[in-house]
Amino acid sequence: MITLLFFAYLKETIGKERLQLGISAMTVKELKQHLASDYGLDLQHVMVAVNEEYAADDRVLQAGDIVAFIPPVSGG
Amino acid sequence: MKFFTITDRPISIEEVVHKVIRPEAGAVTTFIGTVRELTNGKRTLFLQYEAYVSMAEKMLAQIGTEIKERWPEAEVAITHRIGRLEISDIAVVIAVSTPHRKDAYEANRYAIERIKQIVPIWKKEYWEDGTEWVGNQLETKAYPTGKPEGEDVV
Repeated sequence: MITLLFFAYLKETIGKERLQLGISAMTVKELKQHLASDYGLDLQHVMVAVNEEYAADDRVLQAGDIVAFIPPVSGG
Repeated sequence: MKFFTITDRPISIEEVVHKVIRPEAGAVTTFIGTVRELTNGKRTLFLQYEAYVSMAEKMLAQIGTEIKERWPEAEVAITHRIGRLEISDIAVVIAVSTPHRKDAYEANRYAIERIKQIVPIWKKEYWEDGTEWVGNQLETKAYPTGKPEGEDVV
């Protein structure tokens, strides 16, 4: 099981800030493709953080991971 | 004392500055980011800031580490506010102290630029005629369709 977190417009589009997914060995890229087709989202340019650190598309996810989808940031 | 903080309360400038004052310092610079009413002629009513708080605090601390690599004598404290902010409310305060002024200015500038690149904080503009999540670091564009498009994609 992995936990997905959504922020800003992604949270509003999906209608949830948190999802649980039962998956086996999947890369960040594969997860993005999976979500993109399920929710009709373009996640190509959304950054991903795994366990609060930015992760590359080829990162392999493991059970217990917390995966956050991070749209372009606008703090400051 | 927490040097890198996300808060949903008003920020005390004095409090952030005091975190970096010390005998070795001969200069303290502060950056104070406030809510602007007009952007390209469009009137903002108020803003809503959202953060991935735990990660945002880590990224602020990372910026502190990056600054110490470049300006080893610098001390840095950053507080960013989230939630609803009105016009002229303080959204972020960055305080940097160094032995000499040049480094304090440069390191402070570095901090705000990095915040706009790596810290997971987002702002939503509430206009007279709608709302928009601000979608890039230049604060000039939003994504009316709800997602980055074309030249905006990072």
